[in-house]
Amino acid sequence: MSQNTSRREFLLTAGGAAAGLGLASVIAVEPARATPAAMQEAIHKVVGAARVNQGRVKLELPPLVENGNTVPLTVSAESPMTAADHVKALHLFTEKNPQPDVASFRFGPRAGRASVATRMRLADTQTVIAICELSDGSFWSTSVNVVVTLAACLEEA
Amino acid sequence: MANALINVPPRAKRGEIIEIKTLISHPMETGYRRTQLGAAVPRDIIRAFVCTYNGTEIFRAELHPAIAANPFIAFSTVATESGTLAFQWTGDRGFSETASAAITVD
Repeated sequence: MSQNTSRREFLLTAGGAAAGLGLASVIAVEPARATPAAMQEAIHKVVGAARVNQGRVKLELPPLVENGNTVPLTVSAESPMTAADHVKALHLFTEKNPQPDVASFRFGPRAGRASVATRMRLADTQTVIAICELSDGSFWSTSVNVVVTLAACLEEA
Repeated sequence: MANALINVPPRAKRGEIIEIKTLISHPMETGYRRTQLGAAVPRDIIRAFVCTYNGTEIFRAELHPAIAANPFIAFSTVATESGTLAFQWTGDRGFSETASAAITVD
């Protein structure tokens, strides 16, 4: 750039270049995305025709996540865990990860407590849903909103 | 390559609910990433985890790419009898890893 470029000209050029770069990188790294509809479908696959009620299951996730690559979480459900009345499974779903399924955990009465802790990836600020399947065939769900600053799945290998 | 870490209390009272923590080293490659040259990195994840207590299955997990690298899973069980807790992870590319821990119940 020549010595006599005015401040305005410089800013215009630099701004234009930055915008162009930004646009290009958005297009280049646009990852596959599940949609809320895809999540509903994934939930439907697990639940079938049964009605999903609100409550009974608890999902603990930090509300603000700095690094989406490893997000600690605990999912649990209140249950006496007897042979007649226990939690059969806990399922996790996300709205905007490339794929809506996260994990399914299956228990029996011998688990003693229906509670699992693990670490997951979050590709974006989104809603995470936990669904609990009881031995009587009913389903219960809860959802948590998470704000993610650094998304997972974007970095190059 | 793979390396599993298990945390099970060595002793427990009969009927007590014990917590089991497991950690295994694994990249959990999602299959959605690309190299700098644009080539897709193939998926390589652990798909299933099973825990058996003296041969009886007590816990099972089905994992998807949304589980973070080096999967950590903590769950609980009722200490019913002395014996062995066996753990098995299976995944893509024929991945299979086992571990076990002994527990004394009084």
